[in-house]
Amino acid sequence: MSNATSAGDYRATKSYLHHEPHSIRAWLLTTDHKRIAWLFIASITFFFVIGGLAATLIRLELITPVGDLLTAEGYNRTFSLHGIVMVWFFLVPAIPATLGNFLLPIMIGARDLAFPRLNLLSWYVYILGALFTVFAVVAGGVDTGWTFYTPLSSMFANGNVVAAIIGVFVVGFSSILTGINFIATVHTMRAPGLTWFRLPLFVWAIYATALIMVLATPVLAITLLMVALERLFQIGIFNPALGGDPLLFQHLFWFYSHPAVYIMILPGMGVVSEIITCFARKRIFGYRFMAYSLLAIAFIGFLVWGHHMFVSGQTTYASLAFGLLSFLVAIPSAVKVFNWTATLYKGRIHFDGAMLYALGFVALFTIGGLTGLFLASVALDVQVHDTYFVVAHFHYIMVGGMVMAYLGGLHFWWPKISGRLFSEFWAKVSAITIFVGFNLTFFPQFIMGYLGMPRRYHTYTPEFTSYHVISSLGALLLAAGYLLPLLNLGWSMFWGKRSGSNPWHATGLEWQAHSPPPPLNFESVPEVTEPPYNYDARDPFDGSRPQ
Amino acid sequence: MKEAQNAVRMQFEALDQQKQADTLGMWIFLATEVLFFGGMFMAYAAYRWFNPDVFVLASKELNLLAGSINTAVLLSSSLTMALADHFIHAGNKTNAQRLLTLTISLGLVFLLIKGYEYHEEYSHGLIPFINDQFQWEHGQADRAELFFNLYFLMTGMHALHLFLGCCLLTVMLFINRGRRTLFRPQMRIKLSALYWHFVDVVWVFLFPLFYLAR
Repeated sequence: MSNATSAGDYRATKSYLHHEPHSIRAWLLTTDHKRIAWLFIASITFFFVIGGLAATLIRLELITPVGDLLTAEGYNRTFSLHGIVMVWFFLVPAIPATLGNFLLPIMIGARDLAFPRLNLLSWYVYILGALFTVFAVVAGGVDTGWTFYTPLSSMFANGNVVAAIIGVFVVGFSSILTGINFIATVHTMRAPGLTWFRLPLFVWAIYATALIMVLATPVLAITLLMVALERLFQIGIFNPALGGDPLLFQHLFWFYSHPAVYIMILPGMGVVSEIITCFARKRIFGYRFMAYSLLAIAFIGFLVWGHHMFVSGQTTYASLAFGLLSFLVAIPSAVKVFNWTATLYKGRIHFDGAMLYALGFVALFTIGGLTGLFLASVALDVQVHDTYFVVAHFHYIMVGGMVMAYLGGLHFWWPKISGRLFSEFWAKVSAITIFVGFNLTFFPQFIMGYLGMPRRYHTYTPEFTSYHVISSLGALLLAAGYLLPLLNLGWSMFWGKRSGSNPWHATGLEWQAHSPPPPLNFESVPEVTEPPYNYDARDPFDGSRPQ
Repeated sequence: MKEAQNAVRMQFEALDQQKQADTLGMWIFLATEVLFFGGMFMAYAAYRWFNPDVFVLASKELNLLAGSINTAVLLSSSLTMALADHFIHAGNKTNAQRLLTLTISLGLVFLLIKGYEYHEEYSHGLIPFINDQFQWEHGQADRAELFFNLYFLMTGMHALHLFLGCCLLTVMLFINRGRRTLFRPQMRIKLSALYWHFVDVVWVFLFPLFYLAR
């Protein structure tokens, strides 16, 4: 480790934040991956708030069994808004476009991504598509849910379906461009000595995610395009009146959207691997298995889409095969959970804020993953299909998993991104609040789903009232929990203590760069001489803040 | 060699690395294109499986002669494209530019013939979403409509890609005019050629599926 990591000389080079020019125009035309990461952080936070407001409306409506806040139509539009915004404009870009963008080149010792202008383009494509969709969804509303199932979306739904679809279509290209960029970068721009099996697991995770992005997203694009053409010009492809098959839409849609679920979780796994090994002060257990299991999840993820269609008229044999393949995903996923646990075993564990987020991720992901096995069993799925059980399951993965990991990663790398330390106390409070609030919100949904509460209904029979009330109160706590990091990190951006380049005494090239890094990241190309996570050889870290 | 050094962009260490990254990026982009078309091929496969007879009948309505000429035109354009790539790497920019022009022209000829075909199909009342009355007398008119929807969707999407390819090559033609450098035009033409060949290969699949299904 070089001596350049001491706190004092961080001013030696002007950082990417302070580097001239820093007008708004310069930020909007930047090709610096770190500034583009900021563009994404700001935009996805904005969309998270919009999606969160829709969720708030949903939870408020569901406090009572009757529809008193929203009409049935209004409720449909609200949950569609929530789903569309959260899935496509928050979760899919969440970690790859922010932390991935910021860290990937630094972690591999490069000056930037392979295609910096493409990177900027991907933000513009994203923001234009997303704003267009949100405008369409707010102005006229869409009541199809985020899945746009035909023939509802193509023939019957009112509202701006086409506009919403075009927006999502456009945003898809942002994913594709990001994916191309990341893959080319990892393949060709690793620093000398940084072999594939010396890569941090976060890079492996982003790489696996990028593979899914480039291979799945185009199928979504053409599928949505076919729906839009059918609705606009009557070019029927899925229209049953022509002998078209709505089931074909579901096949094509889930061919993208199931792998997309792994776009939403793999980066989280990468983040958590970094955090746990750092705060356990131990090498990650089974590094190669961790890397292979990321690729395995990405690969098997392409073979399981049919488990969304057990009750859609797919043949029983297909359902059985898809059920079996879905079980297979549990193997690499379990490898990861066991290896994180084994990494903790006999480690010197420090319960810092970022670590609490990571541990919360492991717990919630485990629950979400195991209930996924319930849903992959055909017989059980027939019972709980389209109930709150499903809703709870995927929220445990997407919100419990991905959002926890995103916030954990944001805390962990915040000193690198901003050069400042945040309040450790409030970071811990927020992690615990979110963990408790999340479980209060979604655990009751498993129970009521099992008892038969269907999803997407704005009224329900009174027997579910107490579950819904607990869930709504939990959501309140969850919202408060999400507000805390915004305040804590926002405060530290301006008034936080200088962090120095490596406050956690972590391994990895990114911690050798200044905090915040200069525009070209490193003064000279770093050379890698040791395996990843060489924490055994690191100086012990007693958890105190460096001076 | 100085020229080659100037061509290395900021983020790269060496020219080879940059070449590798650019080429890999293009190949991955083509992979996304394969999957984009894959969705439509999937739809075709499913519906042909469900309606084998109507698809054969409908295929007979297409203009096989025009389709065959177009296949020849497009395959020739791939040849001229490959030759342009060859000449630019051999250092002969004049020939490369000429062949590029020829490639664009062949692409435009393809589009013209395709447009003629579309017009012919329109006058036969075979465009379900434009003709007021879809003309079909062999029974199962709805399934035939499905065939023509797929035909116009897939060939239309292909034509759009070809059109973009022509635009791309035209841009290359103009920005390659400067006499100073050779390295950048080589890379541009190599990558554009990859895209052009891809569009060509898509047609190689479309042609038998639609025209030769009779």
